[in-house]
This record gives sequence, C-alpha cells and structure tokens, in this order.
Amino acid sequence: MDLSLSETELAFRDEARAWLAANVPAEPLPSMDTAEGFVAHQEWEARLAEARWSVVSWPREVGGREASLVEWVLFEEEYHRAGAPGRVSQNGIFLLAPILFDHGTPEQQQRFLPSMATGERIWAQAWSEPEAGSDLASLTSSARRDEDRGGWLLNGQKTWSSRAAFAHWGFGLFRSDVAAERHRGLTYLLFPLDAPGVTVRPIAQLDGEAGFAEIFLEDVFVPDADVLGAPGDGWRVAMSTAGNERGLSLRSPGRFCAAADRLVELYRNRSGFETGARAPSSTTGGDHHRDRVVDAWIAAQAYRLYTWGTVTRLAAGGDVGAAGSVNKVFWSELDIALHETALDLLGPEAEVESAWLDGYTFSLSGPIYAGTNEIQRNIVAERILGLPKEPRGAAR
Amino acid sequence: MRFELTDDQRDFGASLDRLLAGADTVAVARAWAADDTAPGLALWKRLAEQGVTSLAVPDSGATPVDLVVAFEALGRHAVPGPWVESAAYAPIALGEDISEQVVTAAVAPHVPYALDADVADRVLSVRDGALLDATAGERRTSVDRTRRLFEVAPGESAPAGDLVAAFDSAVLATSAQLLGCGERLLDDAVAYVKQRRQFGREIGSYQAVKHALADVRIALDFARPLVLGAALAGTTRTRDVAAAKVACADAAYLASRTALQVHGAVGYTAELDLSLWITKVRALVTAWGTPTHHRGVVLASLLDGGAA
Repeated sequence: MDLSLSETELAFRDEARAWLAANVPAEPLPSMDTAEGFVAHQEWEARLAEARWSVVSWPREVGGREASLVEWVLFEEEYHRAGAPGRVSQNGIFLLAPILFDHGTPEQQQRFLPSMATGERIWAQAWSEPEAGSDLASLTSSARRDEDRGGWLLNGQKTWSSRAAFAHWGFGLFRSDVAAERHRGLTYLLFPLDAPGVTVRPIAQLDGEAGFAEIFLEDVFVPDADVLGAPGDGWRVAMSTAGNERGLSLRSPGRFCAAADRLVELYRNRSGFETGARAPSSTTGGDHHRDRVVDAWIAAQAYRLYTWGTVTRLAAGGDVGAAGSVNKVFWSELDIALHETALDLLGPEAEVESAWLDGYTFSLSGPIYAGTNEIQRNIVAERILGLPKEPRGAAR
Repeated sequence: MRFELTDDQRDFGASLDRLLAGADTVAVARAWAADDTAPGLALWKRLAEQGVTSLAVPDSGATPVDLVVAFEALGRHAVPGPWVESAAYAPIALGEDISEQVVTAAVAPHVPYALDADVADRVLSVRDGALLDATAGERRTSVDRTRRLFEVAPGESAPAGDLVAAFDSAVLATSAQLLGCGERLLDDAVAYVKQRRQFGREIGSYQAVKHALADVRIALDFARPLVLGAALAGTTRTRDVAAAKVACADAAYLASRTALQVHGAVGYTAELDLSLWITKVRALVTAWGTPTHHRGVVLASLLDGGAA
C-alpha cells in the first residue's frame, strides 16, 4: 500500500501546474449562466482544448491526452488549486461523454466528441420532469416512432435542465413504449435545442441566474442516428451516467481541498493570526468556528484519500457501484459545510456578493441533484448494508 | 500509487479476525472487567505469537499499516488489555524491543491513568516530557469496565526513545481501534434491525432507521482513509494522526449512539454484548488526546505551515 506518484505522474502534474499558472484568468469570469459569462466560459474551454487540457483522459484523436485516472485526479487538484473557472461543458464531458464512449456508434463519437472537447457545442441535461425528479423511472415525456422519416417524435416537458438556457444540444430519456413497465421502454435521445418544436424557458435559481431551464417539446423530430444505445434500452444506458454523476467524476477532490485551503486562509486572516500565534481573536467566534474549520479541512482530506482508494479499485478493474451513493452524500454535505463555515467567519459581510457566497448558493443544490441524498441513503442502506426495502405505496 | 491494503495486509487482518472470532473475546472481556485476567493474558500470548506485540518495534519489518490492521481487529473484537500502551507506544517510547512484556503507561496530560497496571510487567509514566518507570497506585473506574485504570507513582527516569513518535503511534492505534469498534457496532445494529419487527415489519425497513445507519456507514468509510493515510505519512505525521483520531472518534461515537438507539431499551442493558463497545468507544474518544486537543494540533499545523 502506498500513496507515491511515479515520475510520469509527477511530470504530468508539474506540466499542468505550470500551464494553469500561466493561463488561468486573473479575474474570475462572469457567471456561466449569463449570456456574457457563457461566451467567456466557452472561450476558456477553447483555450484549455488548444493546449489539450479540456479532456485529459480522452483518446488523442478526440482531443485528449490519454491520461490515466491518477493523472486525471492530479489534474483536477491542480485545476482547482489554481482557481480556474468552472467548466461550462461539464454536463457533456462528465455525464454524456462516458455514455458516448461506451454506447455510442463510431459515427456518433466522431460527430459529438471533438466539439464537446473544444467547448464549441455545449450540452444540457434533459432528465428530470415536473413529476419525475429522483424517480427517473416514472418519466412520461414520450418518443413516438416515425417510420416514414426514420426517427422519433418527442413530446412532453423536461425541467431543471442545467445549462439549457444557453446550451446547444440536450440529452435525456424518453418513454418510447408506454405499455412497458417503469424501467423498460425508455430510450436515450440526443436533440438540438433549436430544433423545430423545442421551447426553452429559463428558470432563475436561488442565486438569481438562469442556471437551468424547462424544455417543452412538441413533435420534435429526432433521426435514428441520434438515438444513443438501443431503443428501449435507455434506462440501462442512463444508469451508467448516474453512477458517474454521483461518484467520482463530477466531484473530484480538488475543489474541496482547494476550498478547504482557502477556508484555512480565511480563518487565518479573520482571526489576525500571525505564524505561531495560538489564540483566536473574538471576530472568529473562538472554539466553535475553529472546530468547524478544522472539521471541514479534515473532511476534505478524507475525501481526497477516499478518492485515491476509489481510483485504485477502478484501476484494478473494479467499479464504483453503490459506493457512489456513499460518496455523493459525503461530498454534498462537505461542500455545504465548507461554505457555511466561511460565511459564518465572514460575519455580517457574508450576505454581500462574493466567491464564498456563490459557492455557498451552488453547494445548496448538492444534496438535491444527481438523486437526492434521501435516495442515496436508501441505496446505501439497501445495497450496502442489506436492509429490507420499504414496502411500496399503493400509488403504483 | 496503490491506496488499498496489500494481500499480505489483508490476510494478516483476516487471520487475526479468525483467531479472535474463535476466542470468545466477549467472555474474555467480561472476565477482565471482573478482574479475572487469566483468559485475557492467555489471549495476549496467542496474539503475541502472531506478532501483534512486535508491530511497532523498531526494525521489526512491520509497518504502521500492519499496526492499523491489527488494532482495527482488536477493536472489532473488544480485546481487553493495555494493547495501545504495550504494542504501539512503549516500543517507540523506550526505543527497544519489549514484545515479550506487558507494558502500560500514563502519559501526562493526555493519558492520566495507566491501563491494567496491576498485571503489567512494566509501568511507565511521562511527566513534563520525561519518561519514568513507575508503580501502580490507586484504582479508578472507567466508563468501560474492561479498562482497569490506575494512578501511577513515578520512580526512576528511564532511557527514552522518541516520545513524540511514540505518542503519534498510540494515537494511530487508538484511531484504528475506534474504527474497529465502530464497524462492530454497525454490524450488530444492522443484524438487529433486520430481525426486530415492530408494527408488522422489520424496523430496518423504516427510512428513519435506514438513514441513521447509512450515515454511520458513510462516516466510517471516510474515517478509514484518514487512518491509512496517516499510517503511510512517515515521520511527520502528527497532523495526520490527529486528523484520523478526530474523524474516527466522531464516526465511532456516531456508530455507538446509533446502535444504542436502534436497539432501544435492550441496548441500554449491560447484559447485551453491545454495551462492551458502546462504553469502549466513549472511553477511547478521549484517550490519547481528546478531540479538542487533536483539532488544535491540526489547526496549529495548518496555520504554521500554511495550507498544505
């Protein structure tokens, strides 16, 4: 058992660190959920891609560096430590791309992956519906067969679609066989958000920005070429992304370690600490804040080390499985704890717009999206601890 | 980079588990609490034969990861006796191989009483950073009846090894022991809620119970990597073992509270074996440095060294 890095890995990390130091914008970009910020973030993606840092783990022919999982985690650590911008292309890169690699045809891979790597085409998630949040199996938006044109007609409504206000294409699940049982008869489809019959209505979030949107679909035609996996097999295809979203890929430890380090700096500044001094001043709230700062830092380290364990298992051919649910509950609560603690340290200044406040507002969505933490705890209890399922309600 | 136990480390843990599972450790612990120390000392000998008393002996070939593996097993099976003192602390504090002896220690201010000093071959005491040989004094009663505490009367000074490294080793071992206790408490709680029925179904099917136990699983899963990370941290590991102790104490304490809660009134009885682990966790939370102390260690290190 060891935590040491190889020469190659260290060289990779150093190269990433040097490039980021030279290229990360000095000023934070405007929010990616504004028209101006969306474009600025797309430009950042293009810059990353030009130096082959946008999708480090992908094959070279579609823009990557064929980096190992260890290298990917190292890159993420460096990325967040450097304070680099949020990834406007993350839905595509982290949620759709793994599916394209596993289930996409060569033609689909060639058509969609390179533009995803450069940030030219930004993808929105079209999963949830007004009556189906964590319970994806109860989706009702439909895909009806159109034999004449060789494709499908989409109807219905999607909601909470991240990035959809400005994104170019959507990916989601549609019910293609109404007679089939809940999980069966779903098809995974890709569609342009400017197709005839699509209406996008942005929804302002807690932070006031239109980070997500409702998508209304009225006889939207999608050719067979844009079905991902086999028709009717959408649930199985989609579940491989749900695991990604909950587990390793979307929340690399880098961002929590970087936030924890910034929190320690904030505590140092707020408490007027000089090196070697021990007693916190009154503005830091004394032991109570001190303990929360330490606990958040410890949890971030725990998350980092836990991830190395996951990386080791994955590299040995294992999969994340239900442990992704353990992970999701932990990081989402850690993210809130980090930011809540910072706001409490800031005192009355906390309500004024700041990076900490943005991070806090964003962190509040963590326990809700990607399957609520209630759902995740049920998964942990049933699949890992082996507890009995709750009896199903009479509704179905 | 391979952050997972090796096959050898796994096998070592499994063989200790097998030995302890077959040794009726609950009976050994209950006898120990009643001052019948013979079965416990017999078990001590068997574990010593497996190398458990040599794990922190300098140049023994064992690593801190092996120490962690062993102490998790000791915690899981509630093995009584001054294991942390003898197997994790003394060899480094004395800088010599004392694996043939039962050694105990009181290390002021964090460890005010020496565990089981009446059966130890050697009693150590640390005061003002100096290592002394000592003798057992008045008996005190621990919340964990298997922890038989003694005041110590210091005597001659003893040649000391690295006392800071010794303390870190004891903190690491205690963290692993807490982890083992937490795992056992969770196992027992899960087994209980699967068979105990109320209102016509297993109480483990109720979401409130499920979520409480899921939180214990999550807390333990994220405490373990800190222990293993600290075991790998080499000579500058004071901050890492402190962080591990905080996380393991929190996780094991959550496990003990949750296990008690889901057992209901029966969990509150001393008759039920669960009580052995509930009381042990409470004692270990403050043994070898309280959570407040260790949080202070972590913070001081961060503020001195800058955020790592």
